Amino acid sequence: MKVHLLYPDRALDPDGPVAAHAADLVADLELGSLLDAMAGGDAFLRETARRVLVAPVTDPAGIHYRQAILADARERRAVVRDLYGIAVDAVLGEARVWGAFLDAYAESVLARATTVLELFIGLLRRLRSLGDQHAATFASDGMRRLFAEIDRDLDDAYLRSIEVHLEHLRFRDGMVLSVGLGAGNRGDGYVLRRPADGGKGWRQRVPLLDRDGYTYRIPEQSETAARNFAALKSQGIAQAAAALAQATDQILGYFKALRFELGFYVGCLNLEERLTAKRQSVCVPVAQASGSGHLSVTGLRDLALVLAVPPGGAVANDLDAAGRPLVVITGANRGGKSTLLRSLGQAQLMLQAGMFVGAEAFEAEVRGGVYTHFKREEDAGLESGKLDEELRRMSRIVDALPPDALLLLNESFASTNEREGAEIARQIVRPLLDAGVRVTYVTHMFALADGLARSEPDRGLFLRAERTGDGGRTYRVVPGEPLPTSYGGDIYRRVFGRPLGD
Amino acid sequence: MPSAPADYHPPVTFRSLLFDDPDADLAVDRLAEPGCFGDIRLDQVVTAITAGREESKLAPFFRAPLRTRAAVTYRQDVFRDLGRPSILAALRAFAAGMRAMRADQHRARWAGHRLEEQRWMLAARLRYCAAVSGLSRDLATAQPAPASLALGRLAAYLDAEVTGGSFSALAADTARVAAGLATVTYRLEITGTRIRVGRWASPPPAGDGGAPEPDYGAEVRAAFERFRQGGAREFSFEIPTDDAMNPLEAELAERVARLYPDAFGALATYCAAHLDYLDETIVRLDRELAFCLAWLEHADRLAAAGLVMSLPEVTDSPTEASGRDLFDLALASARVREGATVVTNDLDVRPGERIVVISGPNQGGKTTFARTVGQVHYLASLGVPVPGRDVRVGLVDEIFTHFEREEDLRTLTSKLEDELLRIRMILETATPNSLVILNESFGSTSLEDALAIGRDVLGTVATHGPLCVFVTFLDELAAVGPGVVSMTSTVDPVDPAVRTFRVVRRPADGLAYADALARKHHLTEADIRARLGGRPA
Repeated sequence: MKVHLLYPDRALDPDGPVAAHAADLVADLELGSLLDAMAGGDAFLRETARRVLVAPVTDPAGIHYRQAILADARERRAVVRDLYGIAVDAVLGEARVWGAFLDAYAESVLARATTVLELFIGLLRRLRSLGDQHAATFASDGMRRLFAEIDRDLDDAYLRSIEVHLEHLRFRDGMVLSVGLGAGNRGDGYVLRRPADGGKGWRQRVPLLDRDGYTYRIPEQSETAARNFAALKSQGIAQAAAALAQATDQILGYFKALRFELGFYVGCLNLEERLTAKRQSVCVPVAQASGSGHLSVTGLRDLALVLAVPPGGAVANDLDAAGRPLVVITGANRGGKSTLLRSLGQAQLMLQAGMFVGAEAFEAEVRGGVYTHFKREEDAGLESGKLDEELRRMSRIVDALPPDALLLLNESFASTNEREGAEIARQIVRPLLDAGVRVTYVTHMFALADGLARSEPDRGLFLRAERTGDGGRTYRVVPGEPLPTSYGGDIYRRVFGRPLGD
Repeated sequence: MPSAPADYHPPVTFRSLLFDDPDADLAVDRLAEPGCFGDIRLDQVVTAITAGREESKLAPFFRAPLRTRAAVTYRQDVFRDLGRPSILAALRAFAAGMRAMRADQHRARWAGHRLEEQRWMLAARLRYCAAVSGLSRDLATAQPAPASLALGRLAAYLDAEVTGGSFSALAADTARVAAGLATVTYRLEITGTRIRVGRWASPPPAGDGGAPEPDYGAEVRAAFERFRQGGAREFSFEIPTDDAMNPLEAELAERVARLYPDAFGALATYCAAHLDYLDETIVRLDRELAFCLAWLEHADRLAAAGLVMSLPEVTDSPTEASGRDLFDLALASARVREGATVVTNDLDVRPGERIVVISGPNQGGKTTFARTVGQVHYLASLGVPVPGRDVRVGLVDEIFTHFEREEDLRTLTSKLEDELLRIRMILETATPNSLVILNESFGSTSLEDALAIGRDVLGTVATHGPLCVFVTFLDELAAVGPGVVSMTSTVDPVDPAVRTFRVVRRPADGLAYADALARKHHLTEADIRARLGGRPA
């Protein structure tokens, strides 16, 4: 039995390694508040959401698979939350059973596994009955298969036969072993045997008359003898204990996977409920094949901002960069450039997680990965150290970057002078575009933006933070060529009440 | 088989893998460590390479440099043979077998019961027979066949040994007794605290003569098969057992021996008959082979980090010294263990040159490079692969080193005096075939004095003859005159805090700030194209 609610053909390892750049993604795209909303106070759900979000699905079919399951979940919220509850009961219940999962003595492992399996069999029966009631009301391939497997594998006869074995493995009638001679003439190749006569015959034998064998009695009250005896029996039942431990592990693994993978959809339900409260509508985005060049969005909002401010407080942006792999955003400081960049990154990750996005419409080609290279404000120290750090970070990104990635740069290489920063950036951006990387670059460096506008007239889309006639900001970003000066003067004037350089 | 030529002589009997003169190593175990070992860190190299092989007593082999090119060739040829996978595999298997034999002997010595001891004795002899006959077979069939004198003689020796009467009798006897014990299977019935030991394979004790009792572990496993998916974790138990047979096992073993008197009787007879079984030449081969394998294993560890070791071309011209990608073996071993990178350097002493003056910024790898040159020369005289590629060095008769020690607490004047005494001794003792390494000398006197002394010493060396490596902070000495090679350590032009450990013949070029940083991180346009090129979409 497999869960497979995140991918049609495989599971996502809940404990597997997370991409090295995941922490940067969370910080740079301000995914924290999004994850908090998905968690709804449950740390496990937050971690689940984080892992799924930073591991984008890279084919449109895989995205459709999740979108269908999420549609089911949005229709049948209560059933999905019940299913999730069973998985949680199993995982937490197992953890409460006393004893180590793997003990040195097979005897104690066998005893613990028996107890855990009894608990699991009860929960598997609950799973089965939930499926019997509701399976027909689900439409997605993923959920239908989940219920079908439960129906196929967890029939009553099978669950009862398992209970019979659990009873036998308490060895109330003693045990029979066959043993070979191993290294040092010590026992080896222990095999547990099922006595042909059910273990009754030999108990009636009178030891003194036994001519085919010799009997030995374990000395009473000797701790050493007791330990050696336990070790001997452990050799004999090791295989059965291993089979039970493995079954326990597998069923636990199933419940863990169910908790994890279903947890992602529960997180989506939580997020949707929070956004609804903020009067933020969501849309199911359209995923296009990598290389198709699609990228268009209307009414895109930064969900971190939406969740933080009163309803309606976040500005929406439109963008059509279809066929233009380079997007350069210039213009006034604090004019909404970073907000747009973040919301583009969020939307791309949410699209490729199979989620809804915070926009009226969103259509984009899938990318092999999303990477961020943002200026780090907290970096103190010498300028040379800063640039060095920026370059080291970029080098790590280049190491990891698939050729069809999305790379979001925010004021990168602004820690050196403009001429040098522009030169470094130019040398990096062009070969990335040539390789197929989609690059979105927020910069106030005119030398860079202007240089790119000249060298990439066809591949580039150039946007400016919009200004109203009186020098105010709308926080909207609209198409426009780079202008030679940044608008730091605006902020200076507002803060100091006089023009810059006066 | 090609027929023997008319002038065929029977092969010289095999005696040693490492010495062309079979008696040459008789004194090896009494040799002291050469004086240069500490300065050029060969003491650390020996420790690193011999670690975990203490029982083979390998350190003495490192103290016995070879004096003739013929001796070096004899040993280098062995290493060349070991470079061939089939030969290396054969010798590794032999060494592993001998190691296992010793472990079994050890277990026999510490066995908890007579029946256990006898079985370990049998096991040790099984290992020995397998190792010797396996090596004989593997060397005879190795493709290509061994080309070295040493392994050729060894193959002939083993051929005679394996077909010889005493060895084949031992092998046959050992196999027969082992086969008898392998058939023994017994049956335990456990209820409460009572264990009944019986013969297995007879009809089940209930006496109905029916089918054997089924494997219940397998039945349980099959019942739970449904929960066993691809990638399921396999469980197995480390049953906690004592190293030796415990009293319960001994009780059971004695009962089993009574149930199977033939197999156990044969074992007892066998053990009494074959107490002494080891061949002296085979034991010596095992130890000498351990030296070669330890060396190759160390080279493999470094190779995994991209560091190449190779057999040098050893010449009779002592001032000849060149090689690429040389590295300090001691430093590299430590850094590779830590997962750190190692910088390699080239050496090129051209005809007419005999003094290498290494100057340049501190902490730039000057001392490391000087050590490297010393190591490469010494290791070349051991006939082993050296740290670097395309190495060509003369066979030196001795390596003299003088390294200034910062922790030296003596007064400056006595320090300088000691230093000059030491250097005078070196210059008087060194022959034209020696290598002299002087590191940061004369730091205890004034600049002018140091310069004058340095000029004088180098002038003496230039006429005297030994190849000399001179590490100094005095740039001027690099231009003393003909015969002097100038090398400088370098630091990162952008970030002087970054040590490059690169020592080169040409001065560093001044790269622009940003460009140099971009280069450093491989982020120039050409770098990025190269890095992204060929990566699958």
